[in-house]
Amino acid sequence: MAFLTIQILNSLLYASVLFLIAAGLSLIFGVMRIINLAHGSLYAVGAYVTAWLVGRGIALGLPPGWLFLLLPLGALSVALIGIVIEPLLLRPFYRRAEEYQLLVTFGLIQILEDSIRFIWGGTPLSADALMDALPIIHIGGLLYPAYNLVVIGIGVVAALALWVAIYHTKFGVMLRATSQDRRMASALGLNVGLVYVMAFGIGCFMAGLGGAIVVPTQAAVLGMGIDALVIAFVVVVIGGLGSLKGALVGALVVSFVRTAGIQFFPELELAVLYLIAALVLLVRPTGLFGTA
Amino acid sequence: MKPDPNAPRDRSLPRLAAAMAPVLLLLILLPTFVETYQIQLVTYGLIAAIAALGFNLLLGYTGLLSFGHSAYFGLGAYTVAFVVQRLGPHSMEFYILIGIPVVAIVSALFGYVCVRHTRIFFGILTLAISQVVYSLALKLYWVTGGSDGLRVPRPALLLGLLNFSGPRGFQQFITSYYYYVLAIFVVCVVLMWVVVHSPFGKALQAIRDNEVRARFLGLRIRRFRWISFLVSGTFTGLAGILWVPLNGLTTPDVLYWTFSGEIVFSALLGGFRNFTGPIVGGIVFTYLKTYAVATTEYWQLLLGVVLVTLVLVLPTGIVGGLSTLGLWLRKGKS
Repeated sequence: MAFLTIQILNSLLYASVLFLIAAGLSLIFGVMRIINLAHGSLYAVGAYVTAWLVGRGIALGLPPGWLFLLLPLGALSVALIGIVIEPLLLRPFYRRAEEYQLLVTFGLIQILEDSIRFIWGGTPLSADALMDALPIIHIGGLLYPAYNLVVIGIGVVAALALWVAIYHTKFGVMLRATSQDRRMASALGLNVGLVYVMAFGIGCFMAGLGGAIVVPTQAAVLGMGIDALVIAFVVVVIGGLGSLKGALVGALVVSFVRTAGIQFFPELELAVLYLIAALVLLVRPTGLFGTA
Repeated sequence: MKPDPNAPRDRSLPRLAAAMAPVLLLLILLPTFVETYQIQLVTYGLIAAIAALGFNLLLGYTGLLSFGHSAYFGLGAYTVAFVVQRLGPHSMEFYILIGIPVVAIVSALFGYVCVRHTRIFFGILTLAISQVVYSLALKLYWVTGGSDGLRVPRPALLLGLLNFSGPRGFQQFITSYYYYVLAIFVVCVVLMWVVVHSPFGKALQAIRDNEVRARFLGLRIRRFRWISFLVSGTFTGLAGILWVPLNGLTTPDVLYWTFSGEIVFSALLGGFRNFTGPIVGGIVFTYLKTYAVATTEYWQLLLGVVLVTLVLVLPTGIVGGLSTLGLWLRKGKS
């Protein structure tokens, strides 16, 4: 029983991180109609920046409690990168064919991945001081780090906050209006360019936050961004691109299937995930909740 | 109405032959004045060109962007490796004979699923399927060797007439294999030329330009896209078959989606709205990557910057850019 509880908690932990990545990807697609292939790399940047900041913080002798304030900082730095990237690199492509948008973000992956290697080198960077700062709790005779529960909590809070922001604020209305009809929104006096920058920034913030909260549980390593992107694709394909609910359901499905897969069929775990994605695309091309 | 400078212009086969003759002559004479390493590099380039040529039937002529062509390339390579392991004969013709039907059947199967969608969903579906193949190659290590891959020794060419086991075997193999690949490359170019200028090719272009109109003309859109996918996958698979004896090893890297990205990159680099674009792109990309890897540890960064700049400044690629320049110069003269 305790074993099952821990597996469920692990799935929820994984789902929280996946939701953060996939929701950002989905939000960016929903508003701007581009697939940001570099999204996983932005998540990796968030992980690296946070791990680096935590390392600096410990070197400066910050008390462990204060280190938690570095998590949002890591996410914010990714949002800043996004705010620079959108007007500089992506804006010229909105009117051009999809192929070019995919290619420019593919080029961005290569740039970001190698920049990470250039700045932080090839050795994994860990931030487990944060995990050690919190106690280890007992679940039916098994040990479980309390930090993982914090991650699950952050995932839930992020989902709620995003839902409130999109459906219950004025900014959310602007966002949805731009998403539905860009020209009409512009004609009604909305600053579409600003909405785009904000949406892209929020999407990057979510990816960065995902990286920030995951790095204390597992070190930041090269290639983590590409792995994350590939799984995030499965999530948005199952849930439906451009849908918040879809990202949530997709993240839950993927994380539970993956946790079960690692237990019972480790060789086929990734293949099964992709087969599910391919099946969903065949039966419901727009995903479970997609509208695009 | 002004003719579109980037549209593939209609020319007959003799004119293709006339245009290709000087290039072909240069390629035939090449081994007499460059060293083995360069010959090897050009061979890699020609193979990349075949892969990009096949890929471009989908992107340039059918209007479908596949982000999973690594699957067919890798499948060709792995089929050869399996044949070497299980069946034994070290004959290139045998590999091709077994490899092409395998790749064609798999392309037909995957294509049947993928062409149900277009645009972004087609891209994601092709990507998803190629990732399934990749993860199987990585995880079923007792069959595929996992991340170590499978070794493929130098095969005999032309039904065993040419064998390369002696002390100078490597040099001899490289030179002979270069001509071997060159011959197949020429056949591929001619075949593809015939395909895209046939009524079938015209139908594909009609579907690319206006799906609704093409449907009203009575074209069976999905079937045409399916056949285009099949041909495209088979060409790219053939490139994989030719690649593996040269490389001597096949690893899951050639199935990974970033490798698909490299094929897309090649086609774009040359210009995907031109027949010759992907050929030039495949060869230039091979050189670009080789020299980027040789000069800097951060070659990916360099390639990424080149790609982003290219997409921003020269979206019609090298060939597209050159033909625009040619048009502009001719206009200036008259």
